[in-house]
Amino acid sequence: MKNKKTSPWKSIRLGFIILLIFVIYAYGFDVTAVTLEELKSETRQESLTRVTRALAKPEIIEYEQTVEVVNAPVYVSCPQGGVTLPEPDTSGPYIVVSPACAEAGEPVTVQGFNFAPNTEGPLRFIPGNDPANIVELGRDNVRTDGDGNFVAEFTLPKGRASDDVQYIRATLSANVGTPRFTQTAKDTWNKIIETVFLALLATTVGTILAIPISFIAARNLMKSVRSPLTSIAFSTLGWPVGMALGIYIVGLVGDFSGPLTGNLLLNIVIVGVLPVAIPVAIRWSLPQEEISTPGPALRTGRMAVILLTVLVSFFGLYQLSGLFRNGGLVLENILGAWGFLGSFLFQLGDILGVLIPVTAALAAGGALSSFLGRIGQRAAEKLPAATVKLLNLIFSALAGATVLGLIGWLVEWLYQIGRPEFTLWGPVTVGAALGLLLAVFSKAKDSLPIGLVIYTVTRTILNTLRSVEALVMAIVFVIAVGIGPFAGVMALGLHTIVSLAKLYSEQVESIQAGPLEAVQATGANRLQTIIYAVVPQIVPPYISYTMYRWDINVRMSTIIGFVGGGGIGFLLQQNINLLNYRAASAQMIAIAVVVSIMDYVSSALREKVV
Amino acid sequence: MLQVKNLTKIYDGGVKALDNVSFEVPKGQFLAVIGLSGSGKSTLLRCINRLIDPTEGQILWDGEDVTAASPEEMRRIRRKIGMVFQHFNLVHRSKVITNVLAGRLGYINPAWSFLNRFPKADVEKAIKQLQRVGIAEKANQRADELSGGQQQRVGIARALMQDPHMILADEPVASLDPVLAHSIMKHLEEINKSDGVTVLCSLHFLDLVHRYADRVIALNQGQLVYEGLPKDIDDKKFKDIYGRDAERVG
Repeated sequence: MKNKKTSPWKSIRLGFIILLIFVIYAYGFDVTAVTLEELKSETRQESLTRVTRALAKPEIIEYEQTVEVVNAPVYVSCPQGGVTLPEPDTSGPYIVVSPACAEAGEPVTVQGFNFAPNTEGPLRFIPGNDPANIVELGRDNVRTDGDGNFVAEFTLPKGRASDDVQYIRATLSANVGTPRFTQTAKDTWNKIIETVFLALLATTVGTILAIPISFIAARNLMKSVRSPLTSIAFSTLGWPVGMALGIYIVGLVGDFSGPLTGNLLLNIVIVGVLPVAIPVAIRWSLPQEEISTPGPALRTGRMAVILLTVLVSFFGLYQLSGLFRNGGLVLENILGAWGFLGSFLFQLGDILGVLIPVTAALAAGGALSSFLGRIGQRAAEKLPAATVKLLNLIFSALAGATVLGLIGWLVEWLYQIGRPEFTLWGPVTVGAALGLLLAVFSKAKDSLPIGLVIYTVTRTILNTLRSVEALVMAIVFVIAVGIGPFAGVMALGLHTIVSLAKLYSEQVESIQAGPLEAVQATGANRLQTIIYAVVPQIVPPYISYTMYRWDINVRMSTIIGFVGGGGIGFLLQQNINLLNYRAASAQMIAIAVVVSIMDYVSSALREKVV
Repeated sequence: MLQVKNLTKIYDGGVKALDNVSFEVPKGQFLAVIGLSGSGKSTLLRCINRLIDPTEGQILWDGEDVTAASPEEMRRIRRKIGMVFQHFNLVHRSKVITNVLAGRLGYINPAWSFLNRFPKADVEKAIKQLQRVGIAEKANQRADELSGGQQQRVGIARALMQDPHMILADEPVASLDPVLAHSIMKHLEEINKSDGVTVLCSLHFLDLVHRYADRVIALNQGQLVYEGLPKDIDDKKFKDIYGRDAERVG
């Protein structure tokens, strides 16, 4: 074994590292302005004490108060010839000042009698000769004993000498009756409820949308997705065409449906009948199990019935949306205090109305894309290689041109460049060229790893969006939909989608491969494999991540109000700006309580479900 | 009749798992596949139902070219080939009955799987298959609550749900004790004899091969080194298959 030699370089390096660390921290102290001088300053300490004490007394509960106000005359600087004071009225509470006159700045003794026991309040000097003067000087507090009496030393204020009689006033008050919540407490309660539901909605929306995205962002599921170029080109073209077609057709359905929604009765009948009719049609056109492949006539018939059913379903959805809106309005008027249920129904109808075209576009795009993709697949399998090559050249170029053309259109819309050679012809030409190149250099019938491409693109988008904080997103949404909790829901929802999709997809990537293989071996297709082999495995981590996210969202929603996103943050910020620390304290406590309850509930739920 | 012609599989890393393997399996035969770990047994079985795509060669099953089948055709082929795995490959968090019903997925319209519902006839059939392997009372338990032997029976029931014409068993008893191994093998034998299902079963122990197999093929480093009757494996053949240093046990 070789002897270890201590190299001088090592020591020098170590010294250098220590020096470097010293410099780094020195710079850190400098930029973060760490200084204890401020802490030592008296004014700082005083305000700190004041604020801390205010924070310690959250404005939550208040009482009905009894107040006894009594004045006693006093002369500041004794007048010539002494003073004679009238006998105090001893039937009620009264105070006696002795001596009855003194120089400014000198102490006198104040005695109080016949007050209610255990009351408390300020003892103050009233300048001028008006006993009803609202101006009060002094900061002393007195408290009565069990018999309702008190004795206190009172220093007469300086610079208030006068020949006239002046007064000392005791204002003693006590809490009586049952405690009740302050207005601040009520506001806080309203806002904390808003906050919790803001988090709930954001988490719900986020979770629902993150689940499908997480599958296409999972490498192990996407790696095996390969298609021939013909199929890829066809299905790429299918998306935009299908979406446009879907929006157009569902628009026609909506126009047809619109006038019918006015009639509530007809509305109810349609909404009642369709859920019965549609499953029957689906059951016929999509038999659950089929041993032999049906003939072309039957297949065409089924296809037609499915298309018709989809159209009718969208008609039904429009009707449902109309019913919700009309019914919601009616209920809102009838239900009185419970009117929010009606307005909820109305909002649901409205949301449904907005979602229908989106759903139709996605459904039609997906359907046409997968249909064309299948045709492409078939073509690549059955046609001779030369024909496939030709198809590839044409459609790959078309698809490339379409995709880049759409991106160019987006750029044009965003930046208003106004030069079509950059935002239209340029991208289209480049896209077509890329498509052509791909078609030229790939073998006609080879399947390309399109799954990995989709995976990479999705991951990139997720990572980019995830790096934008929800608070920043909220600012954008406040501009889009106005100040209020809705903007907060949108911002938190979007952030939830992207971060959950990433977390979820990592869970999908870590599932056991065995069951996947086994389910595939039974002949299950991709969708079935996901539902029967992937989903059962990812339920526990999905639930626990959703809970975790819900937790984050509650905390985020408490501050999203700072930028106008609704929730309790708005109130908190307002009160801090108004220096109303007792109210702010109530809100901080509310946040702490809700977050800790959430924490408890989520861990309890997780234990139960997982 | 299953015909495997000049099958070669080279993995991405360049490992040659199968090297020009050819053999035939007549309908209804119980064929054992033996060889050391890593000799290509699992790859061979997975190439037959295309869980792994072979690099070269052809697989014909009842005249249909499995290697050239489109995804749609593959679905129809796979649903006739049951598969049983060494590690059972059940979905642990699902119920036993759901695991068994998964065997029907090749027949069920994918659109219906969103609803997670199976036809009534299939559910009854699943119960019947569980009775056949003797664990009907476990139907509503979670799969991971079962012991290894019971899990493998669920695996067999799942394969039976497919109404298979052929079962590929990838070392079905390698994770089980000898007693359980025999009971599982007996189930496979019974399916082979009474239903006429072709069985391709990779095995480690020669006594199991002697006891259950009609015929045996042996792989060594991806090459077919023996094909014939189990009883014809003498000491010399044994050393060809398992290497010169190997000794017979059991």
